[in-house]
Amino acid sequence: MFTEEILAAPPVHVPVGILRFNTCGSVDDGKSTLIGRLLYDSKSLLEDQLEALERSADLTGGGAINLANLTDGLRAEREQGITIDVAYRYFATPRRKFIIADTPGHVQYTRNMVTGASHANLSIVLVDARLGVIEQSRRHTAIASLLRIPHLVVAINKMDLVGWSEARFHEIRGQFEAFLPRLDLQDVKFIPISALHGDNVVTPSVRAPWHPGPTLLGHLEGVHIGSDWNLNGFRLPVQWVNRPNHPTDARLHDFRGYSGQIAGGIVRPGQRVLVLPAGLVTTVKEIWTYDGSVPEAFCPQSITLVLADDLDAGRGSMIIGLDHHTGTGTDLQAKVCWMHSRPLERGKKYFLKHTTSTVQAVVTELTHRLNIETLEPEPAPAALAMNDLGEIRLRVAQPLYYDSYAVNRLTGSFILIEPGANATVAAGMLLPARAAVKPEMGDFII
Amino acid sequence: MTSYHLDHLQHLETEAIHIMREVAGEFERPALLFSGGKDSICLLRLAEKAFRPSELPLPLLNVDTGHHFPELNEFRDRRAQQLGAKLIVRRVEDAIASGAALPAPGEVSRNRLQIPVLLAAIEEYRFDACIGGARRDEERARAKERFFSFRDSFGQWDPKNQRPEIWNLYNGRLNPGDNMRVFPLNNWTETDVWEYIRQEELEVPSIYFSHRRPCVRRGGQWLPVNAILPPRPAETVRDLVVRVRTIGDIISTGLVESPAATVDDIIAEIAAARVTERGSRADDRASEAAMEDRKKAGYF
Ligand SMILES: Nc1nc2c(ncn2[C@@H]2O[C@H](COP(=O)(O)OP(=O)(O)OP(=O)(O)O)[C@@H](O)[C@H]2O)c(=O)[nH]1
Ligand SMILES: [Mg+2]
Repeated sequence: MFTEEILAAPPVHVPVGILRFNTCGSVDDGKSTLIGRLLYDSKSLLEDQLEALERSADLTGGGAINLANLTDGLRAEREQGITIDVAYRYFATPRRKFIIADTPGHVQYTRNMVTGASHANLSIVLVDARLGVIEQSRRHTAIASLLRIPHLVVAINKMDLVGWSEARFHEIRGQFEAFLPRLDLQDVKFIPISALHGDNVVTPSVRAPWHPGPTLLGHLEGVHIGSDWNLNGFRLPVQWVNRPNHPTDARLHDFRGYSGQIAGGIVRPGQRVLVLPAGLVTTVKEIWTYDGSVPEAFCPQSITLVLADDLDAGRGSMIIGLDHHTGTGTDLQAKVCWMHSRPLERGKKYFLKHTTSTVQAVVTELTHRLNIETLEPEPAPAALAMNDLGEIRLRVAQPLYYDSYAVNRLTGSFILIEPGANATVAAGMLLPARAAVKPEMGDFII
Repeated sequence: MTSYHLDHLQHLETEAIHIMREVAGEFERPALLFSGGKDSICLLRLAEKAFRPSELPLPLLNVDTGHHFPELNEFRDRRAQQLGAKLIVRRVEDAIASGAALPAPGEVSRNRLQIPVLLAAIEEYRFDACIGGARRDEERARAKERFFSFRDSFGQWDPKNQRPEIWNLYNGRLNPGDNMRVFPLNNWTETDVWEYIRQEELEVPSIYFSHRRPCVRRGGQWLPVNAILPPRPAETVRDLVVRVRTIGDIISTGLVESPAATVDDIIAEIAAARVTERGSRADDRASEAAMEDRKKAGYF
């Protein structure tokens, strides 16, 4: 089965870099088919997966394989022919590793689209060439913009059904270009494809000589991936206090470390840091890791920080560098994507989870709601309904230490949780704070 | 100049450590499911990285189906002891003896019966979160999993109604009786797992490596000859050089013919493989939605 020859082969070339992308767009635009096509044509499917695909074709498809079945992993999805929740797939070409999130188009499952998109470096918005731009195309594009996904591909799909008309392609491109200036997207690429037949997905299409390229995969392999992380201001949200309390080992008896994942910047032993909310300045004594002490650590590494002084800090505290202070306050302004059927209204209370701290929050103002038709903000709506995007103000029970989402995704984002049902009801992106933190005391002296 | 860049494995590692610490920070009574298989071996190393120099703040739990490979149980016990971790084992045999689990007439497989045993252990210890080593690339129902996967008081997964999971902000809030399953390895592939085992120089049970073993041809695959379902006269039995790619029960784990004697060999073999890891598990091939159905009933 596996020959000696294969085992003796030189190690495979390890691809550099990972691109995380998601597919979005309206229901039936062909997102799952596209993912299936990408996997199929890039030879990323193995024999048992192909066999399973063929088996299900005999049962349901009258013999033709249904590429969407590769990601539509739930029975209800296959029965209804729609995607309900995100499916994640992993594949690699010699040039890159990919993590794909195939997200649902159905408006009822927009929350799952947001889930898949929140990790993406690139979003592919599919448009059915027959229908052109419709509400879900605009909504998903607006969500991609709100989440600040750096790259967007508009894949105009089902070109086979419009006779590969170049005029139709440009017409839809024009519909997009009309509203893109109202959004915050830097890099947008248009590609005409047929997911069903494979044109311009992995192989260039002979039916669209007017499209200069690249193919979709070519673009995915070539697009620049910048760093997702902010290396400017050091931030360590404390997840867990590491106290071995060892009864006999003297060193471990006194060990007290603050464990967390660095959410911004770089840290070195000897560096002065501010511990919040205590507001006290101290020095980093050691960066402890399982693999030994390190001279330096950076975002998004997971570390355990040992400080020179014993202070009051625990889960929900934030340790920051002195060069770039975070904003702070109890009155927050944020953009939100509302994800629950019970609407967001003024005066409602939620739990707000920001980094590692969860606090109570009350909605004090609905500033505006984005009209998905015009992509213009409508001031002072009475409520945000499920799938609405808007801007709100919140008051929190304890001050938050945060950055704006535009500056740092990890310290600028939050979720709202409804008390009782515990549902996650909103994704929030913080706008800049009006005040920065100030250390209470210059130096911490015991 | 330093480049502030994490490679692929470092990236997966920090994501997983973050998730483990969220569990320790947000739950009262977490546990870690440890089977001795390759994925849970990685989980244990990640737990060490997350929590050392402290003791692991959570016990290890294993449901022993009674059909385990003996090599696996020996390894499981030894590894738990090396780490100074508390290991809780609950046995399907005991549940059958006490009437807590009822085999259907003629039901030999322990696939279904392990579910009530797991749920009973969760109830007995009042675990509010269980960390497991499942990965999204294993199977297409698992491809739908969240990192924090909510289960109701019957242990059920409701894939049509999962909590949204945005950025790395996990919602761990539960009502009494609810339970969270947590999957830090969600984004890992089979290759990632072996590359991590190589990098960390982790010991794995010997059956992952090539060895000689009597095998019986059944359902299109080679299964180990075993006392539970001994070969029938019409069946072909061979002495083969094989290894396991994924470990299930001894009556359902397909063996692959392989000369792979080292972790490097295994990584090369996977790169050239023509079938997926779970292609060798009879329990998954039972139907189109076998995994989804088991997960809905409380399986991992
Ligand atoms: N003719 C043609 N049909 C296509 C093309 N791409 C997809 N389809 C068909 O469109 C239908 C919907 O495809 P899916 O891939 O399930 O659509 P989806 O966007 O994933 O839908 P949701 O996930 O439910 O939002 C299927 O019948 C596909 O075969 C294409 O390029 N040409
Ligand atoms: Mg779909």
